[in-house]
Amino acid sequence: MRNFIALGLILMCNASWAQNWEDRQQFNATDATTTLRIISSTDTNLFAPLIEAFVAQNPDVAIEYLVTGTADIDTRFRKTPKAFDIAISSAMDLQLKLTNDGYALPLKGVSHPAWAQWRQSLFGFTSEPAAIVINRAAFKGLPIPQSRQELIEALRARPDVFRNRVGTYDVRQSGLGYLFATQDARAFETFWRLMEVMGGLDVRLYCCSGDMIDDLIDGKIAVAYNVLGSYAQARAESQNVIKIILPSDFPTTMMRTALVSRSSQEPQAAERFIQFLVGYQSNPIESTRLLPPLNATENGVERATIALEPALMTFLDTLKRNNFLYEWENALIQN
Amino acid sequence: MADLSVSGSLRNRLALTLIGGAAVLAILLFFAVRNYAVQVAQQGQNDILQASVTSMLDAAVIRNNKVELDLPYSAFSMLATPADDQVFYAILQDGIHISGYDDLVFSAGVSGGNSIFETGKMRGVTIRKISASKTLIGANQRIEIQIVLAQTQDALSDTLDQISRNAAVLGIGFFALAAALSFWASSATIGQLGKLTSSVTRRGPQDLSPFSKPVPREMAPLVTSLNSLMGRLEQSLSQSEDFIVEAAHRVRTPLATVRSYAEATLQRVNKEENREAMRSMIKAIDESSRAAGQLLDHAMITFRADHLERQELDLVALAKELVLRLTPIADMKDLSLTLQGDSIVPYSGDFVLIQNAVRNLIDNAMKYSPAEGSIQVIVSAGPSPQITVCDRGPGFPNDEIETLTTRFQRGTNATNTIGSGLGLTIARDVAAAHGGKITLTNVQEGGACVTLSL
Repeated sequence: MRNFIALGLILMCNASWAQNWEDRQQFNATDATTTLRIISSTDTNLFAPLIEAFVAQNPDVAIEYLVTGTADIDTRFRKTPKAFDIAISSAMDLQLKLTNDGYALPLKGVSHPAWAQWRQSLFGFTSEPAAIVINRAAFKGLPIPQSRQELIEALRARPDVFRNRVGTYDVRQSGLGYLFATQDARAFETFWRLMEVMGGLDVRLYCCSGDMIDDLIDGKIAVAYNVLGSYAQARAESQNVIKIILPSDFPTTMMRTALVSRSSQEPQAAERFIQFLVGYQSNPIESTRLLPPLNATENGVERATIALEPALMTFLDTLKRNNFLYEWENALIQN
Repeated sequence: MADLSVSGSLRNRLALTLIGGAAVLAILLFFAVRNYAVQVAQQGQNDILQASVTSMLDAAVIRNNKVELDLPYSAFSMLATPADDQVFYAILQDGIHISGYDDLVFSAGVSGGNSIFETGKMRGVTIRKISASKTLIGANQRIEIQIVLAQTQDALSDTLDQISRNAAVLGIGFFALAAALSFWASSATIGQLGKLTSSVTRRGPQDLSPFSKPVPREMAPLVTSLNSLMGRLEQSLSQSEDFIVEAAHRVRTPLATVRSYAEATLQRVNKEENREAMRSMIKAIDESSRAAGQLLDHAMITFRADHLERQELDLVALAKELVLRLTPIADMKDLSLTLQGDSIVPYSGDFVLIQNAVRNLIDNAMKYSPAEGSIQVIVSAGPSPQITVCDRGPGFPNDEIETLTTRFQRGTNATNTIGSGLGLTIARDVAAAHGGKITLTNVQEGGACVTLSL
């Protein structure tokens, strides 16, 4: 009987394993003796050059790259920490809480600046600002807003143009969206006013950066707030349709972070991967890189990078989160 | 001196005591510093936890009959440490968990206003946790908000490690310094004893004057006792020498008188048995007189040995004069007395003493020689100036050849011969006073030789 239950559990696991990945790719599956399972929120095409460079150096390691949303990473990882070797996510707060809760393995062999790592377990490897991305057509002949305040004014000035054409993250679904929103709420007084204005314009809510940028290019929306700059950058270079604006009143800058599961079956290989990852992303002359490098300053100006510290857990508190979501819904969902 | 039983060393004992004390002090210092640092560091962590939990409690309000707790960002922000310590918290409402980590236990015994610190384990790591509560008063209800906040102690133990290392360096440094000082202090202290010892050692054998150099107070009783001992010793020595001189004088003079009377009586008596008795008497008187003379000689030598009056002299001349003077006495005993050896042996020494010594040697030789025997006095310059007196007597007993020069010691084969046992002692003392020695040897074909080497 017990065997049947075990079998049933395995099947259920496998079933849930197979389902609902945004993307799933194998690298170097043929020659390798070791497989690293990486659960990540970063699109495969942005990460592929790095993985290919890694497996070229480490032919004995294969990589199974599984893509899902940031909140989903947190849920799955907490549920089965054994099933993954490495978790990569742009939701710094969730990653930090995973580390704080003891899910991450300290890696003695990785040397990384103190501001970009926590407990020698969680390693930041990109610096990515949250951007305001606009459809150029919607602002033709008009000044382009350079700050949140100017964005509010522009939205208020032409509500007919922007009604139902403003987009931002649905912070209830997106971990990264929640991180950006909470950090904005903390740092900028204008945040809630902006939310009110966007709510008044029947804001569209998105789970992911990709969809938002698609709609921007299509012209379905004219303004996207708190979009991940790196995703927009990947499109902006080829198209003149959209423009990325880093708010002049400090862009909120996050780091993508990686951690090795404490229950990892392949801790040595995983540590090698993290070493490679931070080296690759810190290298000032890495030509194949698609992700933004880890960089504390932009053009010599220090960025307001979200600090890796226990305070990140504040907004993950149930009461605090409920409170925030309540306020957020009040502001944005007005009908 | 070799029999003195030596147990331990004052210097080592002193140094060990001081070093042991220093080691104990160094260890105490290390633990005191470390203990103090633990308290200070722990107090620092407590203060931050207290501040954080207070700011969290301050954020709790009742709104619409419902508890709201809008955690301030700074509450966790202030808990950031260089070692990236983990933070755990739990929020309870009237004992029911409403947010945070549900495996963090609120400490019983917290009543409104106060807070309790505890150190414990959570998820396999050591944590410091604070439990605090606050009573919220609503429209018609009282709600107790309880918060447990915990932090790991990595930064604390890093700090403590660093402080421990510094404290260890401090302790070792203190110990090294104290050990060096201990060696120096014990050497300096024992040095005073060493000084006294060397000044005692440097003294001549007859120097019994008191020590007058300043000594540390602790050594004063020792030196005082030493001085008084030497004073008594000197007094008793001089008393006994005086006594001997006095006694010898007092005996010799009446003896001379008795001898002259005995001689005169011998001339007058005719009966053979009476004559024989008189001769025996005269012989005994001679012997007593000679012993008294030797005692006087010895006392004089003991006195002069300290104040040698060295002069340039010729040992051959000295020996020749003695031989000339003693030849009549030798003739009386039918002995032949001859002088041999180098023609001139210059030496710088005390004439009276050397003469005395050689006369005693010849005296001895004459006493132990059989009738018609020959006595040779040989003076030679090499290897060192020496005078040898050889006789044809019975020789020295081989097993006593080492001890015969001791005062009043006589050979076991000499019981039939009258003597005081001082002759060889006088010769030895004279030799010693000149830095030389006497050597006793037996001659193969009979007889013995005594060599006085200077």
